[in-house]
Amino acid sequence: MEKMPKWADVILTPLISLFLAMAISALVILAIGESPWVALTTMVDGALGSSYGWGFTLYYTTNFIFTGLAVMVAYHAALFNIGGEGQAAMGGLGVALVLLYLPLPHWLIALPVAMIGAAAFGAAWALIPAWLQAKRGSHIVITTIMFNFIAAAALNYVLVNILRPVGSMDPASARFPESTHLPSISDMAAAIGMEWGKNTPVNVTFFVAIAACLLVWLLIWRTRLGYQIRAFGKSEPGALYAGISPARITIIAMLISGGLAGMMAINNVMGESERLVLNAVEGAGFIGIAVALMGRNHPLGVFLAALLFGFLYQGGGELALWTSIPRELIIVIQALVILFTGALDNMVRMPLERLFLALRKRGDA
Amino acid sequence: MAAASQNSEGRPDAAAPAAIELRGISKAFGPVQANKNINLRVEKGTIHGIIGENGAGKSTLMSILYGFYKPDSGEIRVGGQPLTITDSQTAIRAGIGMVFQHFKLVQNFTVLENIILGAEDGPLLRPSLAKARGVLRQLAEEYQLNVDPDMTIEELSVGHQQRVEILKALYRQADILILDEPTGVLTPAEADHLFRILEGLRAEGKTIILITHKLREIMEITDNVSVMRRGEMVASVRTAETTPEELAELMVGRKVLLNVEKTPAQPGAAILEVRNLRLVDPDGVERLRGISLDIRAGEILGIAGVSGNGQTQLLELLGGYPEKGSKVSGSVRMNGQELDLTGRYSDAATRRARGIGHVPEDRQVEGLIMDFTAWENVAFGYHHAPEYNKGWLMDNAAIRADAEGKIERFDVRPPNANLAARNFSGGNQQKIVVAREIERNPDLLLIGQPTRGVDIGAIEFIHKRIVELRDAGKAVLLVSVELDEILSLSDRVAVMFDGRIMGERLPSQTTTGELGLLMAGITDTENAADNTGLPPDHKHVATLPGEQP
Repeated sequence: MEKMPKWADVILTPLISLFLAMAISALVILAIGESPWVALTTMVDGALGSSYGWGFTLYYTTNFIFTGLAVMVAYHAALFNIGGEGQAAMGGLGVALVLLYLPLPHWLIALPVAMIGAAAFGAAWALIPAWLQAKRGSHIVITTIMFNFIAAAALNYVLVNILRPVGSMDPASARFPESTHLPSISDMAAAIGMEWGKNTPVNVTFFVAIAACLLVWLLIWRTRLGYQIRAFGKSEPGALYAGISPARITIIAMLISGGLAGMMAINNVMGESERLVLNAVEGAGFIGIAVALMGRNHPLGVFLAALLFGFLYQGGGELALWTSIPRELIIVIQALVILFTGALDNMVRMPLERLFLALRKRGDA
Repeated sequence: MAAASQNSEGRPDAAAPAAIELRGISKAFGPVQANKNINLRVEKGTIHGIIGENGAGKSTLMSILYGFYKPDSGEIRVGGQPLTITDSQTAIRAGIGMVFQHFKLVQNFTVLENIILGAEDGPLLRPSLAKARGVLRQLAEEYQLNVDPDMTIEELSVGHQQRVEILKALYRQADILILDEPTGVLTPAEADHLFRILEGLRAEGKTIILITHKLREIMEITDNVSVMRRGEMVASVRTAETTPEELAELMVGRKVLLNVEKTPAQPGAAILEVRNLRLVDPDGVERLRGISLDIRAGEILGIAGVSGNGQTQLLELLGGYPEKGSKVSGSVRMNGQELDLTGRYSDAATRRARGIGHVPEDRQVEGLIMDFTAWENVAFGYHHAPEYNKGWLMDNAAIRADAEGKIERFDVRPPNANLAARNFSGGNQQKIVVAREIERNPDLLLIGQPTRGVDIGAIEFIHKRIVELRDAGKAVLLVSVELDEILSLSDRVAVMFDGRIMGERLPSQTTTGELGLLMAGITDTENAADNTGLPPDHKHVATLPGEQP
């Protein structure tokens, strides 16, 4: 017996949560003496009002799709991977090493090779916590969060001491060779004679992200591995009964999760900055948690939630640029959205379920 | 006392108001009508049985009485006074106590702490504890409810834990005690003790409502009995004026066969040969102490025993998933070939590939993924089977089609393969598991507690399928704590006690009394049986094989 129709569960609940978050944000903006309406229109204009805004929004969206999918895959195996940040950072290192040291004549060749490098480094970074969880019972939440710090420190060391070009003051790698630069979507649009999103960072990786959504959907709901991941995630004794090895599934699910988080580096490291810089991930690993939660651990939901957070990121930047609303407030707004759509999900869901039960009862009578 | 004893005869006493009276209670969950216009009168000082199949609405009705659910309509009267029960506190104040099937005790609290939990007199615990200790001593004397007040719950046996639940209710001055399937977790001796306690409580004028599946218990202890079927109260009768057959018929709404029809076994070659199997669990407790047994093609070997004597470990070990960290030794041959017990190929998937099907004891935790749909569960454990896969992807259409066939052949209700497993009743969940395992046509079927929590109609059906599998020349290892089930299904009975096989008997040449002694660990049964002269009151047990929960 479903408590409420699927559309209400998947669409109505997050929309109401979002609306509540916006309402409280409006109150906060009012409280500091600014107009919420102006703030909203600035954000919408800045993020969605022009192809330029869209170019940035979709760039951020791409990052969040990868980290959201990473959290989602692990979640289906009942593993809470909060190490997306570190795995994405390590993915960046993988991309940088591949692009700096392998001769890659064209981006069409560089892209798959860099994807492998990114995924391999991200997966390797998830492997150690996964192995510790599977074989030693060390809790994955603790180990993955600690591995975020280790990744940051290790990357710092590598950038300063190994990858930094001689004579450079900047803790960043050399620029990647020209031949490996990914085409931005504005380039692609220009090639077919359209002008769209000039000087925006969104690039061909966006399509890779969409493909990743489809593949993850296939993986989780259509393959034996996905079946085993979901079964293990729901019941470990059940998995044992069915001959599914918990250790094996834990490790495989975390490898896929880490690989997806690492793939984010295709977008930000290879596609945007075209060299490896310090703190390239900029919190996208953590946003992935909120994206997966809000997306109800379904690739389509992850895509939509990533779009929302892309909008908030870009709109928030615009807000800081054009109004006197301080930058910190944007973080407050983002936090409220995370709070309402993620953590306080049940606050909206429960009354809604009750409402639907009452409506159904009346319908029957 | 005079009034109490008169009422214990079960006669409605027109002068005294009923302890509990329900008038026209209805309750729906969405489109499901769980209770439909229920009328019930429970006389003071009686034991009133409520029986019905799974999903008949018994638990819903009791939850309404205890304030967990609000009825959509109808009236509740307690002691003649109309009462709106909004929460369990109201019910407790009205003198209603509830003993749940799954105990609500804090495992690492002592008995005393559990008893005062929620009934503390003030912010300081010491006075409450002292008072409870006194009350407990008094109750223990009055009703044979002996429990050491300073033991923690985890140190107590299940039977003693149940006594704590009863004490909790009595401490809260309950006059009306509701027990939900109280004997489901008890050994026969513990159940007998429970019944003596209940008789003692009745003698003191307490009213007891006993919810159960077991006709034998109803016949043995109740004064009146009400039968529920599909949300309705179909009959309320005096126990002395009815028969088990009549009650069974009222429960399912048709005549049921209480005996399993089967021809004598024609055993063939040995399918499974177990030799000196030992298992030490991670805590260092030796759970299996040298088990040796054979199962032949075309026979059902029943393993009788009080639960917790190693049956679970035996099934899990044969099924390929002993508890992590267990030490295993001994040998098992399947179809003449040695099984890997400890190595790389000791997992459940390899066992299935070797032709071992397994209906696990706990279908909700192991046998099914409760959030998966029925069709997804049909592939559970067999998700690698070629017919369920198409290249890289699972062939969901094929699995669904197979599931729909199984649902039809096994009469799973509702016949909806897209429903999540948790939305089926216990009996129908079990049918899904049994269908999945039996239709694989395994050479050996392990089946644990096949009819626990399953209604009579489904029991009969599942028993028939097991016998059919045997007749097809397959071997069946049946583990059940229900002696009736063991006796009516098995071709041979082995009794397990403390990790050992105490003896093997033929069902036709043994008695429940003899098996009972073996279950209690007394090996020299022939002498013991001759000397003691078994009590005749166990005789009727074997005639009612179909009544287990």
